[in-house]
Amino acid sequence: MSSIAIGQTKQDQKTSMMDKVKDWLRWNTSKLVVAPSFALVLVFVYGFIAWTGYTSFTKSKMLPIYSFEGLYQYIRLWKLPPWHVAIENLVIFGGLFIIVSIVLGCLLAILLDQRIRGEGILRTIYLYPMAISFIVTGTAWKWILNPGLGIENLMHGLGWTSFEFSWLVDPDMAVYTLVIAGVWQASGFVMAMFLAALRGVDQEIIKAAYLDGASISRIYLVIILPTLRPVFLSSFVILSHLAIKSFDLVVALTGGGPGYSSTLPANFMYEMTFRRNQIGLGAASAIMMLATVMAIIVPYLYSELREKKHG
Amino acid sequence: MADVAQLPGSRSPWHMALRFGLYFLLCVFAVYYLLPLFVVLSTAFKDLDEIRSGTLLSLPAELNVDAWSFAWSEACVGVSCEGLQPYFWNSVQMAIPAVLISSFLGALTGYALTKFRFKGANVVFAMILFGCFIPFQVVLLPMAQTLGWLHMANTIPGLVLVHIMAGLPFTTLFFRNYYVNIPDDLVKAATIDGAGFFTIFWKIILPLSPPIIVVTIIWQFTQIWNDFLFGASFTTGGGQPVTVALNNVVNTTTGVKRYNVDMAAALIAAAPTLLVYVLAGRYFVRGLTAGSVKG
Repeated sequence: MSSIAIGQTKQDQKTSMMDKVKDWLRWNTSKLVVAPSFALVLVFVYGFIAWTGYTSFTKSKMLPIYSFEGLYQYIRLWKLPPWHVAIENLVIFGGLFIIVSIVLGCLLAILLDQRIRGEGILRTIYLYPMAISFIVTGTAWKWILNPGLGIENLMHGLGWTSFEFSWLVDPDMAVYTLVIAGVWQASGFVMAMFLAALRGVDQEIIKAAYLDGASISRIYLVIILPTLRPVFLSSFVILSHLAIKSFDLVVALTGGGPGYSSTLPANFMYEMTFRRNQIGLGAASAIMMLATVMAIIVPYLYSELREKKHG
Repeated sequence: MADVAQLPGSRSPWHMALRFGLYFLLCVFAVYYLLPLFVVLSTAFKDLDEIRSGTLLSLPAELNVDAWSFAWSEACVGVSCEGLQPYFWNSVQMAIPAVLISSFLGALTGYALTKFRFKGANVVFAMILFGCFIPFQVVLLPMAQTLGWLHMANTIPGLVLVHIMAGLPFTTLFFRNYYVNIPDDLVKAATIDGAGFFTIFWKIILPLSPPIIVVTIIWQFTQIWNDFLFGASFTTGGGQPVTVALNNVVNTTTGVKRYNVDMAAALIAAAPTLLVYVLAGRYFVRGLTAGSVKG
């Protein structure tokens, strides 16, 4: 008898243990499910950023060395002419790429927003470059801009024999070819964002303004464009992010050349890290890139989140 | 937009001229966006003599597919001359598991973060979201070393891992923003009926998810297929994805430059994402805008 009773108690204890585990699981499944993804992000994003950050403070060349050297690599980096060229190029390319893409994208959206027949087809045409890789885009534009066979040859064929267009091989102009191809690729995307926002503008206000005698251009300038401020802001943030990351377009279109005249920071980083065995220098340049992106993104996110809370 | 056509005074001659100018402008822009595609397509169908004697805009005399078959199976990528074919399959083998795994993980994480909130869920989400914004250059070097330690350098599984890591913040963002708008009561009711975490996921949440699944898969597929940075950094020789191989074909300097082959190769490398865009452009655009509204 007693042995059975003891057995039962043990059984009871066991089931209560099981219940506890089950209970615990019920309340914590969510955490357990998120854990692997979170761990992946912790290691691959935060851990790796810290790792790169630390490497940038060492004298690592071909192999990582882990003795702390302070700002050695950063001082070296800012003394290197190619880095200065890369930064200048980023300012030129990034500035033009962002401005032209936004202006063109906004213009296309406004034009498309006038009850256009065949709007779907036109939208598809404007946006398709976004589906293609920068490597393919670069290859295509390299062919079109090829001094011997591309546009130059086309103009010669049309009888304009003095026409010269050799930006691709001109150290002063090569960086502008990046703008041509970059804008071609990204402006359709900006258009899509503006178009979505235009469709959300209150029709009643526009009608009222029109009946009050305001011209279409005035309605756009005074009423519609100001309401699109958030789209301008997010296009700016996304395009600047794209510009700072730009790597493949340069590789495919100019190869960074002639010389290193059209190199961008991302290409500089790759070159130093994987080609020239200057790991520490590459790491320092990567951290500079991260700092630039953060300087744009953090205030943006901050203002977005604050607006949401107030709204 | 302003439904101006419906407003009084919109039938004047001045208005008609404006409409004409509008369509004209739109067509000019359409030509600008289509020009590269046209040039690449027509060049890929020409032979070399025709390329030299003609111009950019001249149509090929006949559809010559030699360049295509050469690009697919004979062109030299570095020292091996088997065409783009093996690299194309590398990309397929890389993209399919990477897209599926990152999307599935994103769905699960997004679901857990919205429907079974725990303390700190928002902080966890914000920390994952941060991964959308980093320039990948900042993780490149540690990634290369880690792949080396894991003996996954220059392998397809290695690239799959990298793309899962890079895509996870985006997929989590997409699903999280979608699931936030699914009423919590649905989950509460199911919980009262005794359904657990996974039962609710499979039976209720996933059946509601097809729209966002399509968007996420298209977004991820485009990103992964078009990637060049990771492919170039972590693979050499036979393990390269098609974008890296294409760049090698185009930048090979030995022998006569075969522009028609370059163009055919570019189109082969672009074909899968172009196809997706043509078939499901609507979802592609939705993915772009979802990825742009990050908050």
